[in-house]
Amino acid sequence: MSKSTAPIGSELAVRDYSLTGDSTRQAIENGLSAAEWYHSEVPRKKLKSLMKRRDAPAIRDTVIWIALHFVFAAGGLYFWGSWLCVPFWFAYGVVYGSACDSRWHECGHGTAFRTRWMNDVVYHIASFQIMRNPVNWRWSHARHHTDTLIVGRDPEIAWMHPISLVLKALAFVGIVETWTSLKVLMRNAMGNLSQEERDYIPESQWPKAVFWAWVHIAVYAAVLVVSLVLFVSGAGWKSLIPILLIGGPRVYGCWHFVMTGLLQHGGLAENVLDHRLNSRTLYMNPISRWIYWNMNYHIEHHMFPMVPYYALPELHELIKDDLPPPNTSIWDGYKEMMGSVMKQRVDPNHAMRKTLPRTARPYLEHLHRAVPERNTGLEISDRGGT
Amino acid sequence: MPWVDACAVDDVDEEDVVRWDHGERTYAIYRSLNNEFYCTDGLCTHEQVHLSGGLVMDYEIECPKHNGLFDYRSGKALRAPVCEDLRTYETKVENGRVMVLV
Ligand code: FES
Repeated sequence: MSKSTAPIGSELAVRDYSLTGDSTRQAIENGLSAAEWYHSEVPRKKLKSLMKRRDAPAIRDTVIWIALHFVFAAGGLYFWGSWLCVPFWFAYGVVYGSACDSRWHECGHGTAFRTRWMNDVVYHIASFQIMRNPVNWRWSHARHHTDTLIVGRDPEIAWMHPISLVLKALAFVGIVETWTSLKVLMRNAMGNLSQEERDYIPESQWPKAVFWAWVHIAVYAAVLVVSLVLFVSGAGWKSLIPILLIGGPRVYGCWHFVMTGLLQHGGLAENVLDHRLNSRTLYMNPISRWIYWNMNYHIEHHMFPMVPYYALPELHELIKDDLPPPNTSIWDGYKEMMGSVMKQRVDPNHAMRKTLPRTARPYLEHLHRAVPERNTGLEISDRGGT
Repeated sequence: MPWVDACAVDDVDEEDVVRWDHGERTYAIYRSLNNEFYCTDGLCTHEQVHLSGGLVMDYEIECPKHNGLFDYRSGKALRAPVCEDLRTYETKVENGRVMVLV
Protein backbone atom coordinates (compact mmCIF):
# COMPACT_ATOMS: atom_id res chain seq x y z
CA MET A 1 0.00 0.00 0.00
CA SER A 2 1.42 3.34 -0.92
CA LYS A 3 0.08 6.68 -0.01
CA SER A 4 1.13 10.21 -0.87
CA THR A 5 1.47 11.91 2.43
CA ALA A 6 4.18 14.48 2.64
CA PRO A 7 5.67 15.78 5.83
CA ILE A 8 5.39 19.50 6.24
CA GLY A 9 8.20 21.44 4.70
CA SER A 10 9.18 18.58 2.42
CA GLU A 11 9.35 21.03 -0.47
CA LEU A 12 12.81 21.96 0.74
CA ALA A 13 15.14 19.97 -1.50
CA VAL A 14 18.20 21.45 0.17
CA ARG A 15 17.76 21.34 3.90
CA ASP A 16 18.97 24.02 6.22
CA TYR A 17 19.68 22.17 9.46
CA SER A 18 20.97 25.18 11.33
CA LEU A 19 18.89 26.18 14.34
CA THR A 20 18.71 29.83 13.45
CA GLY A 21 17.97 29.81 9.71
CA ASP A 22 15.04 29.64 7.30
CA SER A 23 14.01 26.11 8.29
CA THR A 24 13.76 27.22 11.90
CA ARG A 25 11.46 30.09 10.97
CA GLN A 26 9.42 27.82 8.75
CA ALA A 27 9.10 25.08 11.38
CA ILE A 28 7.85 27.59 13.92
CA GLU A 29 5.42 29.19 11.48
CA ASN A 30 4.10 25.77 10.47
CA GLY A 31 3.38 24.80 14.05
CA LEU A 32 5.96 22.03 13.98
CA SER A 33 7.90 23.32 16.93
CA ALA A 34 6.81 22.29 20.43
CA ALA A 35 3.81 20.65 18.78
CA GLU A 36 1.37 18.08 20.04
CA TRP A 37 2.63 14.56 19.24
CA TYR A 38 0.82 11.30 18.84
CA HIS A 39 1.10 8.75 21.63
CA SER A 40 -0.44 5.34 22.12
CA GLU A 41 -3.03 4.91 24.84
CA VAL A 42 -1.75 3.50 28.12
CA PRO A 43 -4.03 3.57 31.17
CA ARG A 44 -2.71 6.01 33.77
CA LYS A 45 -2.37 3.36 36.47
CA LYS A 46 -0.35 1.12 34.20
CA LEU A 47 1.80 3.99 33.02
CA LYS A 48 2.49 4.95 36.62
CA SER A 49 3.71 1.47 37.39
CA LEU A 50 5.91 1.48 34.28
CA MET A 51 7.38 4.87 35.17
CA LYS A 52 8.18 3.81 38.71
CA ARG A 53 11.86 4.31 39.51
CA ARG A 54 14.09 1.79 41.17
CA ASP A 55 17.79 1.93 41.96
CA ALA A 56 18.47 -1.80 41.82
CA PRO A 57 18.58 -2.50 38.04
CA ALA A 58 20.86 0.43 37.26
CA ILE A 59 23.11 -0.24 40.28
CA ARG A 60 23.50 -3.84 39.10
CA ASP A 61 24.27 -2.73 35.55
CA THR A 62 26.64 0.00 36.68
CA VAL A 63 28.61 -2.34 38.95
CA ILE A 64 28.96 -4.77 36.03
CA TRP A 65 29.86 -1.92 33.69
CA ILE A 66 32.62 -0.58 35.98
CA ALA A 67 33.90 -4.08 36.73
CA LEU A 68 34.16 -4.81 33.00
CA HIS A 69 36.33 -1.70 32.55
CA PHE A 70 38.79 -3.09 35.10
CA VAL A 71 38.71 -6.68 33.86
CA PHE A 72 39.24 -5.80 30.20
CA ALA A 73 41.87 -3.15 30.94
CA ALA A 74 43.73 -5.61 33.18
CA GLY A 75 43.65 -8.20 30.38
CA GLY A 76 44.86 -5.62 27.86
CA LEU A 77 47.77 -4.67 30.10
CA TYR A 78 48.63 -8.21 31.14
CA PHE A 79 48.87 -9.43 27.56
CA TRP A 80 50.53 -6.25 26.29
CA GLY A 81 53.05 -7.08 23.62
CA SER A 82 51.19 -10.14 22.38
CA TRP A 83 48.23 -10.38 20.03
CA LEU A 84 46.22 -11.73 22.93
CA CYS A 85 45.80 -8.21 24.23
CA VAL A 86 43.76 -7.18 21.18
CA PRO A 87 40.39 -8.74 22.15
CA PHE A 88 40.73 -7.22 25.61
CA TRP A 89 41.30 -3.73 24.22
CA PHE A 90 38.50 -4.31 21.75
CA ALA A 91 36.10 -5.18 24.58
CA TYR A 92 37.40 -2.36 26.77
CA GLY A 93 36.78 0.04 23.90
CA VAL A 94 33.15 -1.01 23.66
CA VAL A 95 32.32 -0.80 27.38
CA TYR A 96 34.02 2.59 27.54
CA GLY A 97 33.37 4.11 24.11
CA SER A 98 29.91 2.67 23.32
CA ALA A 99 28.14 1.77 26.56
CA CYS A 100 28.79 5.34 27.72
CA ASP A 101 26.34 6.67 25.14
CA SER A 102 23.33 4.86 26.58
CA ARG A 103 24.40 5.69 30.16
CA TRP A 104 24.79 9.34 29.21
CA HIS A 105 21.36 9.23 27.62
CA GLU A 106 19.39 7.44 30.33
CA CYS A 107 21.00 9.32 33.22
CA GLY A 108 20.45 12.59 31.35
CA HIS A 109 16.76 11.78 31.39
CA GLY A 110 17.09 11.02 35.09
CA THR A 111 15.38 7.68 34.63
CA ALA A 112 18.17 5.16 35.25
CA PHE A 113 18.25 5.46 39.05
CA ARG A 114 15.65 6.56 41.52
CA THR A 115 18.33 8.40 43.52
CA ARG A 116 19.14 11.69 41.86
CA TRP A 117 22.85 11.92 42.72
CA MET A 118 23.46 8.49 41.19
CA ASN A 119 21.98 9.67 37.90
CA ASP A 120 24.16 12.76 38.07
CA VAL A 121 27.41 10.92 38.82
CA VAL A 122 26.98 8.39 36.02
CA TYR A 123 25.81 11.16 33.69
CA HIS A 124 29.04 13.07 34.22
CA ILE A 125 31.28 10.02 33.86
CA ALA A 126 29.51 8.97 30.66
CA SER A 127 29.52 12.53 29.26
CA PHE A 128 33.26 12.61 29.80
CA GLN A 129 33.77 9.26 28.11
CA ILE A 130 31.76 10.24 25.06
CA MET A 131 33.35 13.72 25.00
CA ARG A 132 30.12 15.63 25.26
CA ASN A 133 29.80 18.79 27.24
CA PRO A 134 27.33 17.60 29.90
CA VAL A 135 25.52 20.94 29.96
CA ASN A 136 25.20 21.52 26.22
CA TRP A 137 24.01 18.01 25.52
CA ARG A 138 21.40 17.99 28.25
CA TRP A 139 19.75 20.90 26.50
CA SER A 140 20.24 19.66 22.97
CA HIS A 141 18.66 16.37 23.94
CA ALA A 142 15.66 18.13 25.48
CA ARG A 143 15.21 19.88 22.14
CA HIS A 144 15.55 16.54 20.33
CA HIS A 145 12.58 15.31 22.36
CA THR A 146 10.49 18.41 21.83
CA ASP A 147 11.12 18.60 18.10
CA THR A 148 12.28 15.16 17.01
CA LEU A 149 13.62 15.33 13.44
CA ILE A 150 12.05 18.73 12.84
CA VAL A 151 14.46 20.41 10.45
CA GLY A 152 15.77 23.67 11.86
CA ARG A 153 14.85 22.72 15.43
CA ASP A 154 16.37 19.35 16.29
CA PRO A 155 20.13 19.66 16.96
CA GLU A 156 20.61 15.87 17.03
CA ILE A 157 19.62 14.77 13.52
CA ALA A 158 22.13 12.06 12.60
CA TRP A 159 21.25 11.71 8.92
CA MET A 160 21.37 15.18 7.42
CA HIS A 161 20.73 15.61 3.70
CA PRO A 162 22.70 15.48 1.52
CA ILE A 163 23.92 12.26 3.13
CA SER A 164 27.63 11.51 2.89
CA LEU A 165 28.14 7.76 3.16
CA VAL A 166 31.89 8.26 3.55
CA LEU A 167 31.40 10.40 6.65
CA LYS A 168 28.85 7.93 8.00
CA ALA A 169 31.31 5.07 7.50
CA LEU A 170 34.07 7.10 9.18
CA ALA A 171 31.81 7.64 12.19
CA PHE A 172 32.31 3.97 13.08
CA VAL A 173 35.93 4.77 13.87
CA GLY A 174 35.09 8.05 15.53
CA ILE A 175 38.10 10.04 14.35
CA VAL A 176 36.17 12.94 12.84
CA GLU A 177 33.66 13.09 15.73
CA THR A 178 36.38 12.93 18.36
CA TRP A 179 38.27 15.76 16.75
CA THR A 180 35.04 17.78 16.41
CA SER A 181 34.07 17.09 20.04
CA LEU A 182 37.48 18.11 21.33
CA LYS A 183 37.31 21.33 19.32
CA VAL A 184 33.88 22.11 20.81
CA LEU A 185 35.15 21.38 24.33
CA MET A 186 38.19 23.62 23.71
CA ARG A 187 36.00 26.38 22.37
CA ASN A 188 33.60 26.10 25.32
CA ALA A 189 36.50 25.99 27.77
CA MET A 190 37.67 29.33 26.36
CA GLY A 191 34.25 30.73 27.22
CA ASN A 192 32.96 30.67 23.68
CA LEU A 193 29.49 29.28 22.93
CA SER A 194 28.28 29.10 19.35
CA GLN A 195 25.16 30.89 18.20
CA GLU A 196 23.32 27.56 18.14
CA GLU A 197 24.43 26.63 21.64
CA ARG A 198 23.23 30.01 22.81
CA ASP A 199 19.91 29.23 21.14
CA TYR A 200 19.15 26.01 23.00
CA ILE A 201 21.04 26.54 26.28
CA PRO A 202 19.50 29.08 28.67
CA GLU A 203 21.87 31.89 29.56
CA SER A 204 21.91 30.94 33.24
CA GLN A 205 23.59 27.65 32.27
CA TRP A 206 26.40 29.08 30.15
CA PRO A 207 28.94 29.36 33.01
CA LYS A 208 28.33 25.70 33.86
CA ALA A 209 28.95 24.72 30.24
CA VAL A 210 32.30 26.52 30.36
CA PHE A 211 33.23 24.96 33.70
CA TRP A 212 32.59 21.37 32.59
CA ALA A 213 34.43 21.92 29.32
CA TRP A 214 37.40 22.99 31.41
CA VAL A 215 37.22 19.86 33.53
CA HIS A 216 37.13 17.60 30.46
CA ILE A 217 39.98 19.39 28.72
CA ALA A 218 42.09 19.38 31.88
CA VAL A 219 41.79 15.58 32.22
CA TYR A 220 42.63 15.00 28.56
CA ALA A 221 45.61 17.33 28.83
CA ALA A 222 46.84 15.39 31.87
CA VAL A 223 46.51 12.09 29.96
CA LEU A 224 48.48 13.54 27.09
CA VAL A 225 51.22 14.77 29.41
CA VAL A 226 51.56 11.35 31.07
CA SER A 227 51.75 9.72 27.66
CA LEU A 228 54.45 12.16 26.50
CA VAL A 229 56.45 11.69 29.68
CA LEU A 230 56.34 7.92 29.15
CA PHE A 231 57.43 8.39 25.57
CA VAL A 232 60.42 10.59 26.32
CA SER A 233 61.45 8.27 29.11
CA GLY A 234 61.74 5.48 26.55
CA ALA A 235 58.53 3.53 27.17
CA GLY A 236 58.01 3.12 23.41
CA TRP A 237 54.61 1.77 22.44
CA LYS A 238 53.67 1.54 26.10
CA SER A 239 53.41 5.30 26.13
CA LEU A 240 50.14 4.84 24.26
CA ILE A 241 48.54 3.05 27.19
CA PRO A 242 47.18 6.16 28.95
CA ILE A 243 45.44 7.17 25.71
CA LEU A 244 44.13 3.67 25.11
CA LEU A 245 42.65 3.81 28.62
CA ILE A 246 41.26 7.35 28.60
CA GLY A 247 39.98 9.16 25.54
CA GLY A 248 41.14 6.64 22.93
CA PRO A 249 38.07 4.37 23.28
CA ARG A 250 35.96 7.24 21.93
CA VAL A 251 37.74 6.43 18.65
CA TYR A 252 38.36 2.69 18.65
CA GLY A 253 35.35 1.62 20.75
CA CYS A 254 32.54 3.79 19.49
CA TRP A 255 31.41 1.54 16.65
CA HIS A 256 28.65 -0.16 18.61
CA PHE A 257 26.94 3.03 19.68
CA VAL A 258 27.23 4.43 16.17
CA MET A 259 25.78 1.22 14.75
CA THR A 260 22.76 1.28 17.07
CA GLY A 261 22.38 5.06 17.09
CA LEU A 262 22.10 5.39 13.31
CA LEU A 263 19.13 3.03 13.38
CA GLN A 264 17.09 5.26 15.68
CA HIS A 265 15.75 7.54 12.97
CA GLY A 266 17.67 6.62 9.77
CA GLY A 267 15.69 6.53 6.53
CA LEU A 268 12.55 7.75 8.26
CA ALA A 269 10.54 10.95 7.87
CA GLU A 270 11.54 14.45 8.89
CA ASN A 271 8.99 17.07 9.89
CA VAL A 272 6.23 14.76 11.12
CA LEU A 273 4.47 14.70 14.49
CA ASP A 274 4.12 10.98 15.03
CA HIS A 275 7.11 9.07 16.40
CA ARG A 276 5.90 5.96 14.61
CA LEU A 277 6.89 7.73 11.38
CA ASN A 278 10.30 9.01 12.43
CA SER A 279 11.66 6.47 14.91
CA ARG A 280 12.52 2.79 14.68
CA THR A 281 11.88 0.00 17.14
CA LEU A 282 13.76 -3.21 16.53
CA TYR A 283 14.71 -6.40 18.30
CA MET A 284 18.36 -7.14 18.92
CA ASN A 285 20.62 -9.61 20.68
CA PRO A 286 20.85 -9.38 24.50
CA ILE A 287 24.48 -8.19 24.56
CA SER A 288 23.72 -5.24 22.29
CA ARG A 289 20.60 -4.50 24.32
CA TRP A 290 22.65 -4.39 27.49
CA ILE A 291 25.24 -2.08 25.93
CA TYR A 292 22.43 0.05 24.49
CA TRP A 293 20.22 -0.08 27.59
CA ASN A 294 17.12 -1.09 25.61
CA MET A 295 17.07 1.99 23.40
CA ASN A 296 16.15 -0.36 20.57
CA TYR A 297 12.61 0.33 21.79
CA HIS A 298 13.01 3.77 20.38
CA ILE A 299 9.44 4.65 19.45
CA GLU A 300 8.37 3.69 22.95
CA HIS A 301 11.14 5.83 24.45
CA HIS A 302 10.13 8.89 22.45
CA MET A 303 6.44 8.48 23.22
CA PHE A 304 7.04 7.93 26.94
CA PRO A 305 10.45 9.33 27.92
CA MET A 306 9.67 8.86 31.61
CA VAL A 307 9.67 5.09 31.37
CA PRO A 308 13.09 3.77 32.52
CA TYR A 309 15.13 1.56 30.24
CA TYR A 310 14.39 -1.57 32.26
CA ALA A 311 10.62 -1.14 31.80
CA LEU A 312 10.74 -0.56 28.04
CA PRO A 313 10.30 -4.24 27.06
CA GLU A 314 7.08 -4.32 29.10
CA LEU A 315 5.89 -1.06 27.58
CA HIS A 316 6.65 -2.49 24.14
CA GLU A 317 4.48 -5.56 24.81
CA LEU A 318 1.69 -3.27 25.92
CA ILE A 319 1.58 -0.96 22.89
CA LYS A 320 3.15 -2.98 20.08
CA ASP A 321 -0.23 -3.49 18.39
CA ASP A 322 -0.34 0.27 17.89
CA LEU A 323 3.16 0.44 16.38
CA PRO A 324 4.68 -0.51 13.04
CA PRO A 325 6.14 -4.02 13.11
CA PRO A 326 9.65 -3.94 14.63
CA ASN A 327 12.67 -5.03 12.63
CA THR A 328 13.75 -8.47 13.66
CA SER A 329 17.49 -7.78 14.09
CA ILE A 330 20.20 -5.15 13.64
CA TRP A 331 20.88 -6.63 10.21
CA ASP A 332 17.19 -6.43 9.26
CA GLY A 333 17.11 -2.83 10.50
CA TYR A 334 20.15 -1.92 8.39
CA LYS A 335 18.70 -3.53 5.28
CA GLU A 336 15.54 -1.49 5.67
CA MET A 337 17.30 1.72 6.63
CA MET A 338 19.97 1.62 3.94
CA GLY A 339 17.35 0.90 1.27
CA SER A 340 15.59 4.09 2.25
CA VAL A 341 18.79 6.09 2.76
CA MET A 342 19.97 5.23 -0.77
CA LYS A 343 16.70 6.63 -2.11
CA GLN A 344 17.05 9.71 0.07
CA ARG A 345 20.45 10.40 -1.43
CA VAL A 346 18.68 10.94 -4.75
CA ASP A 347 15.49 12.40 -3.35
CA PRO A 348 15.75 13.93 0.14
CA ASN A 349 11.95 14.01 0.30
CA HIS A 350 11.76 10.25 0.29
CA ALA A 351 10.78 8.72 3.63
CA MET A 352 10.03 5.21 4.80
CA ARG A 353 6.55 4.57 5.97
CA LYS A 354 5.75 1.18 7.43
CA THR A 355 2.29 -0.29 7.21
CA LEU A 356 0.64 -0.29 10.60
CA PRO A 357 -1.07 -3.40 11.94
CA ARG A 358 -4.86 -3.39 11.67
CA THR A 359 -5.09 -2.93 15.44
CA ALA A 360 -3.22 0.39 15.32
CA ARG A 361 -4.68 3.85 15.16
CA PRO A 362 -3.80 5.57 11.89
CA TYR A 363 -0.76 7.77 11.61
CA LEU A 364 -1.40 11.21 12.98
CA GLU A 365 -2.06 13.09 9.76
CA HIS A 366 -4.63 15.65 10.83
CA LEU A 367 -2.05 17.89 12.47
CA HIS A 368 -0.07 17.92 9.26
CA ARG A 369 -3.11 18.67 7.17
CA ALA A 370 -3.76 21.74 9.31
CA VAL A 371 -0.63 23.28 7.91
CA PRO A 372 -1.42 25.29 4.77
CA GLU A 373 2.04 25.19 3.19
CA ARG A 374 2.18 21.44 3.13
CA ASN A 375 3.16 19.97 -0.15
CA THR A 376 2.23 16.52 -1.41
CA GLY A 377 5.10 15.63 -3.70
CA LEU A 378 6.63 13.04 -1.43
CA GLU A 379 7.45 9.57 -2.52
CA ILE A 380 6.45 7.13 0.16
CA SER A 381 7.69 3.58 0.40
CA ASP A 382 5.84 0.96 2.35
CA ARG A 383 7.21 -1.96 4.21
CA GLY A 384 4.94 -4.90 4.55
CA GLY A 385 3.33 -5.29 7.93
CA THR A 386 0.58 -7.45 9.26
CA MET B 1 -8.50 35.64 46.68
CA PRO B 2 -11.26 33.11 47.25
CA TRP B 3 -11.07 29.46 48.30
CA VAL B 4 -12.33 27.39 45.40
CA ASP B 5 -13.65 23.84 45.53
CA ALA B 6 -11.30 21.96 43.16
CA CYS B 7 -12.10 18.26 43.47
CA ALA B 8 -12.97 15.43 45.82
CA VAL B 9 -10.23 13.97 47.94
CA ASP B 10 -10.75 10.62 46.24
CA ASP B 11 -10.27 12.10 42.79
CA VAL B 12 -6.53 12.04 43.41
CA ASP B 13 -4.76 8.76 44.10
CA GLU B 14 -2.07 8.58 46.73
CA GLU B 15 1.27 9.83 45.38
CA ASP B 16 -0.36 11.12 42.23
CA VAL B 17 -1.47 14.27 40.47
CA VAL B 18 -4.56 15.45 38.58
CA ARG B 19 -5.31 18.38 36.35
CA TRP B 20 -7.70 21.07 37.50
CA ASP B 21 -8.89 23.90 35.25
CA HIS B 22 -10.38 27.01 36.74
CA GLY B 23 -11.17 30.26 34.98
CA GLU B 24 -8.49 30.97 32.42
CA ARG B 25 -5.86 28.93 34.19
CA THR B 26 -4.87 25.33 34.59
CA TYR B 27 -3.45 23.79 37.78
CA ALA B 28 -2.03 20.53 39.07
CA ILE B 29 -3.30 19.08 42.35
CA TYR B 30 -1.07 16.59 44.16
CA ARG B 31 -1.71 14.07 46.88
CA SER B 32 1.34 12.92 48.80
CA LEU B 33 1.90 9.50 50.32
CA ASN B 34 0.95 11.08 53.66
CA ASN B 35 -2.39 12.24 52.27
CA GLU B 36 -1.45 15.90 52.12
CA PHE B 37 -2.72 17.98 49.20
CA TYR B 38 -0.77 20.58 47.25
CA CYS B 39 -1.47 22.73 44.24
CA THR B 40 0.82 24.31 41.65
CA ASP B 41 0.44 25.87 38.25
CA GLY B 42 -0.42 23.13 35.78
CA LEU B 43 2.13 23.88 33.07
CA CYS B 44 5.82 23.14 33.32
CA THR B 45 8.02 26.24 33.35
CA HIS B 46 10.25 24.81 30.61
CA GLU B 47 7.66 24.31 27.87
CA GLN B 48 3.90 24.31 27.74
CA VAL B 49 3.46 20.75 29.00
CA HIS B 50 0.92 19.79 31.64
CA LEU B 51 2.40 18.26 34.75
CA SER B 52 -0.67 16.09 35.37
CA GLY B 53 0.87 13.55 32.97
CA GLY B 54 4.00 13.43 35.12
CA LEU B 55 5.29 11.16 37.84
CA VAL B 56 4.93 11.96 41.54
CA MET B 57 7.74 10.59 43.70
CA ASP B 58 7.76 11.55 47.36
CA TYR B 59 7.38 15.33 47.26
CA GLU B 60 8.61 15.72 43.71
CA ILE B 61 6.86 15.91 40.37
CA GLU B 62 8.71 14.90 37.21
CA CYS B 63 7.57 16.54 34.01
CA PRO B 64 6.48 14.05 31.35
CA LYS B 65 8.26 15.79 28.48
CA HIS B 66 11.92 16.18 29.47
CA ASN B 67 11.92 14.82 33.00
CA GLY B 68 12.45 18.22 34.64
CA LEU B 69 11.86 17.96 38.38
CA PHE B 70 10.05 20.22 40.86
CA ASP B 71 9.35 20.07 44.59
CA TYR B 72 5.59 20.50 44.45
CA ARG B 73 5.40 21.84 48.02
CA SER B 74 7.58 24.87 47.30
CA GLY B 75 7.48 24.83 43.50
CA LYS B 76 11.29 24.80 43.47
CA ALA B 77 12.92 23.66 40.21
CA LEU B 78 15.26 20.78 41.06
CA ARG B 79 16.64 19.40 37.81
CA ALA B 80 17.32 20.73 34.31
CA PRO B 81 15.83 21.44 31.89
CA VAL B 82 13.64 23.31 34.34
CA CYS B 83 15.30 26.38 35.83
CA GLU B 84 12.32 28.47 36.79
CA ASP B 85 10.24 27.63 39.91
CA LEU B 86 6.54 26.78 39.74
CA ARG B 87 3.90 28.93 41.37
CA THR B 88 2.20 27.21 44.28
CA TYR B 89 -1.24 27.73 45.86
CA GLU B 90 -2.50 27.06 49.35
CA THR B 91 -4.86 24.14 49.82
CA LYS B 92 -7.12 22.78 52.57
CA VAL B 93 -9.46 19.82 52.85
CA GLU B 94 -13.06 20.40 53.94
CA ASN B 95 -15.77 17.73 54.04
CA GLY B 96 -13.88 15.46 51.69
CA ARG B 97 -13.23 18.24 49.16
CA VAL B 98 -9.91 19.81 48.21
CA MET B 99 -10.09 23.61 48.33
CA VAL B 100 -7.52 25.82 46.64
CA LEU B 101 -6.81 29.46 47.36
CA VAL B 102 -6.56 31.09 43.93
S1 FES C 1 8.46 20.69 29.38
FE1 FES C 1 8.78 20.14 31.40
S2 FES C 1 10.85 19.63 31.47
FE2 FES C 1 10.55 20.29 29.47
